[in-house]
Amino acid sequence: MAETSGDLRFEGITKKFGDFVAVDDLDLTVPQGSFFALLGPSGCGKTTSLRMAAGLEEPTAGRVLIGETDITGLRPYKRPVNTVFQSYALFPHLTIFDNVAFGLRRRGVQDFKKKTQDMLELVQLDGYAARKPTQLSGGQQQRVALARALVNEPGVLLLDEPLGALDLKLRRQMQIELKRIQTDVGITFVHVTHDQEEAMTMADTIAVMNHGVIEQMGTPAELYENPRTTFVANFLGQSNLIMATVTGRSGDSLVVDCEGQTIEVEASRSHVESGRAWLGVRPEKLTAVPTGREDHAGANVLTGGKVSDVSFVGVSTQYLVAMPWGEELMVFQQNTGQHTPLGHGDTVDLVWSPGHAFLLDAKQDAHAGMMTPEDDE
Amino acid sequence: MATSTAERSTAGPGTRPHARRSVGRWFANRLVLFIGILVLVYTFVPIGYIIALSFNQPTGRSATAEFDAFTWHNWASICEPDGLCDSLKLSLGVSITATILATLLGTLMAFALVRHSFRGRGASNLVIFLPMATPEVVMGASLLAMFVSLGFDSILGFITLVIAHTLFCLSFVVVTVKARLTGMDSRLEQAAMDLYANEWQTFRLVTLPLAMPGIVAAALLAFSLSFDDFIVSNFTAGQSVTFPLYIYGSKLKDFPPQLFAVGTIMFLVSFVFVIGGELWRMRRRARA
Ligand SMILES: Nc1ncnc2c1ncn2[C@@H]1O[C@H](COP(=O)(O)OP(=O)(O)OP(=O)(O)O)[C@@H](O)[C@H]1O
Ligand SMILES: [Mg+2]
Repeated sequence: MAETSGDLRFEGITKKFGDFVAVDDLDLTVPQGSFFALLGPSGCGKTTSLRMAAGLEEPTAGRVLIGETDITGLRPYKRPVNTVFQSYALFPHLTIFDNVAFGLRRRGVQDFKKKTQDMLELVQLDGYAARKPTQLSGGQQQRVALARALVNEPGVLLLDEPLGALDLKLRRQMQIELKRIQTDVGITFVHVTHDQEEAMTMADTIAVMNHGVIEQMGTPAELYENPRTTFVANFLGQSNLIMATVTGRSGDSLVVDCEGQTIEVEASRSHVESGRAWLGVRPEKLTAVPTGREDHAGANVLTGGKVSDVSFVGVSTQYLVAMPWGEELMVFQQNTGQHTPLGHGDTVDLVWSPGHAFLLDAKQDAHAGMMTPEDDE
Repeated sequence: MATSTAERSTAGPGTRPHARRSVGRWFANRLVLFIGILVLVYTFVPIGYIIALSFNQPTGRSATAEFDAFTWHNWASICEPDGLCDSLKLSLGVSITATILATLLGTLMAFALVRHSFRGRGASNLVIFLPMATPEVVMGASLLAMFVSLGFDSILGFITLVIAHTLFCLSFVVVTVKARLTGMDSRLEQAAMDLYANEWQTFRLVTLPLAMPGIVAAALLAFSLSFDDFIVSNFTAGQSVTFPLYIYGSKLKDFPPQLFAVGTIMFLVSFVFVIGGELWRMRRRARA
């Protein structure tokens, strides 16, 4: 067996099915012991990437490494990698015990009985050892699939949307459980999902994938606060994107003209140097203030807004504000009692601190990565 | 339910129309049941005849359709008629050999067709149906022509029968096993490999157990096709006589009543198989 520890690395991995490029020149490093999430819309190549790490799919080009060991050409059963399949793939003819003990037995582990029993206890299924997979609920089957992979103490555990088939409540419960197990055992988890909330709550590092390439990689906070592409800005949470022009520099900030109003954006959050750009602000970073009410020294202000929609959602109130240039911007205001409630038709200024906006390449599609209703779960 | 309607229909003259309606409904409700019973009777009458006649003592040498007198004789002297037991032995030998060969070859072929892509797979998929579609008479005649031209005419018998039977059973085995394999999730095998099982272990521990019901069904089908084959055997048997050929020959001469006993045994054996299989399934489900 290959070296069982080290970072999982993809070097220039490409996978083509005929002429179709499913994964395109992918470079990726998953640090050892981390909880790594691969996030992206359906069909972007997540499963294909995992399968290449597991050895179930052969890359068209590139190398897969664990630590310094090249495992690109290794058969699946020779890799220190185990998979929790998207559809569980439990052996229907074997009992739960035999399912979980399968890997240990193949490797000739002596005390496989005790290890299997312990693992079943860990996933709270010790009373179900003699049953067959079809006699378990979806959530229980999911835990068996997890136990069956985890019991082998692999260097890397690949999880392909393991929670996809569960209902929301069970999913939340299993997310916490998975996170706890990963912290306990310290194994590298590569968790594939298309649920951005799941990725953000569980992972140390997220790689956002789209059309076979990694759009951006970083901690959940980095990706959310400082997205580098419109796809990431829209796919993780929601963003207001406004067309603007960079006009100059002032200290650590870029000066931006936004439909005739001057705005500043921190240079570290600007991914354009000059010319046209998308100015992005998260809805909860915006404050809507009745026009002329306050002095906004040091803050960015866009004036001339008019409240066109108000929806109260308990912890916050969500406003749509129509701007003079025709665009409607989203504003989420916490219901802390500090803000004056606004009504339909009120004229407002939108205020935010310069550290809270970001500038993106104007050539990118402003709608990239937006949730269409059928994607939304 | 049945008793309550019976009570109501005998409740006296005052309730007459109501009773008639409920009798009608009673029949309407059970129409499917009645038809079912009729169909069952229809299928079992011939078998009933065979069983009854196996205890018949015919007046002449040949069996007749009339039940003359009860006897155990037919059962006690199954091998008495000339050649009956030899033909049975030959048929069993041919069928078992052909079943084993056809199941082995057919299973391998089904695996190749489902699991591997190779040049000519589409054509193979089509060609495999040919033996099923060819009229048996044509197949028998061409097999005989082939055997003769290959110089096999001196050894026509067991070997040529096995070759012929394996051939026509093969496509049925391939189709049956293929259906099972196509419905199988290939991710199960990938999961086994992911869990440190090499190719052979994966086959032995996952693929084969999952394909087994299909293979067993294919073997049973092959056996029953081979055992009662008449047309192809008639061409390829040479001087040897299989059981179906023996019965046909007897029809032309004397029909020994022992044949009814053999028929009854065959029926009972398959009956035991079916019931046994059903019980096994039920027990497995109950345990599960
Ligand atoms: N065996 C194959 N042959 C041809 N195309 C394939 C094959 N497997 C995957 N693809 C294509 O590659 C692309 C990526 O597929 P993949 O399964 O990796 O998507 P995914 O990101 O896991 O999506 P999902 O979230 O729906 O599971 C898809 O467009 C898919 O149609
Ligand atoms: Mg997938």
